[in-house]
Amino acid sequence: MKSRMIIKNGYVYDPINKINGEKMDIYIENGKIVEEFTGNSTEIINAEGKTVMPGGVDIHSHIAGKLNSARVFRPEDHRTDPVPKTSVTRSGVGYSLPSTFVTGYRYSAMGYTTVFEPAVTPLEAKHAHEELIDTPMIDKGIFVCVGNNYFVLKYIKEGEYEKLKHFIAWLLKTVKGYSLKVVNPGGQETWKWGKNVNNLDDKVKGYDITPRDIVTNLTKVNEELNFPHTNHVHCNNLGSPGNYEVTLETMKAVEGIKPKKGRKNVLHIAHSQFNSYAGENWGNFSSGAAEIAEYLNKHGHITTCIGQVIFTNTTTITSDGPWQYRLYLLTKNKWAGADTELETSGGIVPYIFKKKNPVNTIQWAIGLELMLLTKEPWKVFIGTDHPNGGPFTFYPLIIAWLMSRKAREEMIQKVHKVVHSRTQLASIDREYSLFEVAVCTRAGTAKALGLSEKGHLGVGADADVAIYNLNPEKLDRGNYNEIIKAFSRAAYTIKDGEVVVKDGEVVKEVYGKTYWTNFQYTEDEELREDLEKVFRDYYTVSLSNFEVPLTYLPNNKPIKIEVK
Amino acid sequence: MKMKQVFKDVVCSFCGCLCDNLEIEVENGEIRPLSKACTVSRSRFVNYNRDRVPYPMMKINGKHERVSLEESIKKAAEILRNADRPLIYGLSSTTCETQRKCVEIAEKTGGIIDQTATVCHAPTVVAFQETGEIHATLGEIKNRSDLVIFWGCNPLQAHLNHFVRYSVFPKGMYTEKGRKERYIVAVDVRETRTTKLADMFLKITPGKDFELLSVIRALVNGAKINAEEVAGVSMNKIKELVEKMKNCRYGVIFFGLGLTMSRGKHYNIIATLNLVRDLHKYTRFVVIPMRGHFNVKGAGMVLAWQTGYPYAVDFTRGYPRYNPGEYAAVNLLVNREVDAALIVASDPVATFPSPAAKYLTQIPTIVVDPKISMTSLTADVVIPCALAGIETEGTAYRMDGVPIRLKKLIEPKEGVLPDEEIMEKILKRI
Repeated sequence: MKSRMIIKNGYVYDPINKINGEKMDIYIENGKIVEEFTGNSTEIINAEGKTVMPGGVDIHSHIAGKLNSARVFRPEDHRTDPVPKTSVTRSGVGYSLPSTFVTGYRYSAMGYTTVFEPAVTPLEAKHAHEELIDTPMIDKGIFVCVGNNYFVLKYIKEGEYEKLKHFIAWLLKTVKGYSLKVVNPGGQETWKWGKNVNNLDDKVKGYDITPRDIVTNLTKVNEELNFPHTNHVHCNNLGSPGNYEVTLETMKAVEGIKPKKGRKNVLHIAHSQFNSYAGENWGNFSSGAAEIAEYLNKHGHITTCIGQVIFTNTTTITSDGPWQYRLYLLTKNKWAGADTELETSGGIVPYIFKKKNPVNTIQWAIGLELMLLTKEPWKVFIGTDHPNGGPFTFYPLIIAWLMSRKAREEMIQKVHKVVHSRTQLASIDREYSLFEVAVCTRAGTAKALGLSEKGHLGVGADADVAIYNLNPEKLDRGNYNEIIKAFSRAAYTIKDGEVVVKDGEVVKEVYGKTYWTNFQYTEDEELREDLEKVFRDYYTVSLSNFEVPLTYLPNNKPIKIEVK
Repeated sequence: MKMKQVFKDVVCSFCGCLCDNLEIEVENGEIRPLSKACTVSRSRFVNYNRDRVPYPMMKINGKHERVSLEESIKKAAEILRNADRPLIYGLSSTTCETQRKCVEIAEKTGGIIDQTATVCHAPTVVAFQETGEIHATLGEIKNRSDLVIFWGCNPLQAHLNHFVRYSVFPKGMYTEKGRKERYIVAVDVRETRTTKLADMFLKITPGKDFELLSVIRALVNGAKINAEEVAGVSMNKIKELVEKMKNCRYGVIFFGLGLTMSRGKHYNIIATLNLVRDLHKYTRFVVIPMRGHFNVKGAGMVLAWQTGYPYAVDFTRGYPRYNPGEYAAVNLLVNREVDAALIVASDPVATFPSPAAKYLTQIPTIVVDPKISMTSLTADVVIPCALAGIETEGTAYRMDGVPIRLKKLIEPKEGVLPDEEIMEKILKRI
């Protein structure tokens, strides 16, 4: 079947192809962007007076897997936001822990077409993939947690670098992961002994290695294995006053590592807002965003997403077990935790970010400072570390804060006065252009993820397009509610060449593909022996049952990589 | 197929232990476990073909008559379509793939879906929602636990391989000496095989679990208690246990229906979860509910990711609503608030309180099950399906939440479909 579409007369923002609001037509054929064609086209979309961008690409949003426990945990979250079925969509619930169907619909309504789940423990990878099967509308993939994995710690300790590399290639292929994730390197393992690591050079309990060893080795492995995305790190000490220093240390630690061919960056710092805190305690807590932004401005090897805080009732879920315990002690909210054998730890604590709470105010400001003080939008991306900072449905509000000084000023009036003394947000004049918005929500993220057919509208790209009711010629930044409205409800979302959302409503349910890295290698005999021994002695599932068969990725998109 | 085939790393689809290391031989339609299977598992495999629903059946003039699969599915769809508020119930002994379809049927018919946790670990779910639970996969117990407490459960008779594979005997990373390295405590109202094997046995007065748990927690939190004994257990023994808890390296409480279904129900579990949480002042401690059916954990998972809620979900208004006391299967049946039922892989007539079971036999009921059950004997439509983990593959979640893929060992009898396909056919006809 040949399907053709022309998106006519829209203002196109396609940063990768350096198109900045030009009025032009986009041609689509069989789900791909093509050169101009003539003759009959099946569908013409009139984008006159509208903004056209590639479909949004989220680099970090917890949508599948461990967060399911949080869904069970928080019926009080769901009952505020029921979602009825329609003639084309399934029912479900929304708010901070949307059901799988609703997750897909709500991303699609905002013009997003690709989302990555950033923290899957290998033993439960089947679970994440099962949920992704039930997550419509978007392309997706999982990052696999390796920063506290037994094999990783053991091979680093033993100096078995080649084995480490083989293990990572084997692991990602076996559980059908896309990329690596490191959460509180060494801290989760240490938490299994009731303790934590507090800086990059603390010893990991039982292994005689440090978080620095873990981050640098895995970053090096990541580049040498030619992963499409860089190593993706949730730093140590997350959530603690003064932690911007450990973030700086982490970024510095990988300065010398040679990036793979074709890119400059080697590390992604996840939700850096939660790791950009100055001060020594909660009393003198303040923003460390300027220091982080300054480093980012001077160096080219880092990308980051901000983990913006939204003033709302949300759910914190991380694999950072010791941090979640700490958050429980701070809030006395209900706390769930879970340790996974040989791999990870984790926890869940509901949290309400309050405008009049000085710490929450500073956290809110830090996210925006990171976005506004970092000059290149190619380095810093929009996100809420959904649902940790707030639900992803608030991205349009973040865009408004970035694009409109007035939007920020009005919020500054409502928050705690420490926003003036302990952050510099009020003094920042910068307003994002639509071009920059397109970078930090799709072009930049797609590039950081190494997805060459995403995040742009050049020939050969996937025909994932978002059309927003926003006329750049008549853009009124003061009237920022229009910006929020436009980005909340796309005029059209086009997925693989089909209109799936119209006027913010899902009109067609589609199921996207799942990316994974399919490493091609000759099996390492010694690694095989280790795997067999460790699965027999320490795991409680058989090695053969650990694998995620392709049955779990009904629409799978392997990225083939040869390992030398 | 006449050839003898041997399957390795086979998953046993019987209990929540979901052992996945069985070796199974298949020959001439017979299945023989060769190693690692417990006695229950062995019997499940050997007798897989016993008590099967022989063919699709419909009640005609009060008697079950053989019908074609097509007819049975047509009738099932008709019953569901004509019902104002059907109940879809069961799910715990089938695959997640089937469970996903069952949710869709409930949504499409504006019915209610509930799963068997409703009559076993529902109090555990409610307590989890109230206060949270510090959990671990079973491998952490194998590798780390030096103090293992069994409260109101009897794995030596209910989860036969639990001791061997996970909790008592295995030698793990930091438990190299296996049994010798672990201190085992059992709390129960009577002596059982499990309590006999324990290093410490607390025989408690029935119905006094909450009291004992609360006292232990108070002591952990530094309170002084003036009592000679609590719940029939001497204070000295309680204090000894408290010291062991505070000083262990990685403790665990496993609990079962003795705690969830005795007096106090979810309050017992809240007390347990809070105790484990508070022990973090001293050390690491976790708690793992002993789930019964092999995929009851999966039923909660699927329902949660599709609807937000783990059981007792009502779709009457076109969106999911959750309120256990109102939408749980037993309540609905006792209050006569449903007018048809689809029972999948479970036997509520045998397990529900009699007013609920009785009403169930009075409304149009469809049973999809590999085996004959009390419920299938009284159902209006009975559709046989393939046995999950023997005749069909699919996903199941172990009691600790680890997903494992069940294997297919043998072809089902001709014309017998996996229940996933049956649900899909019913869905299409609704």
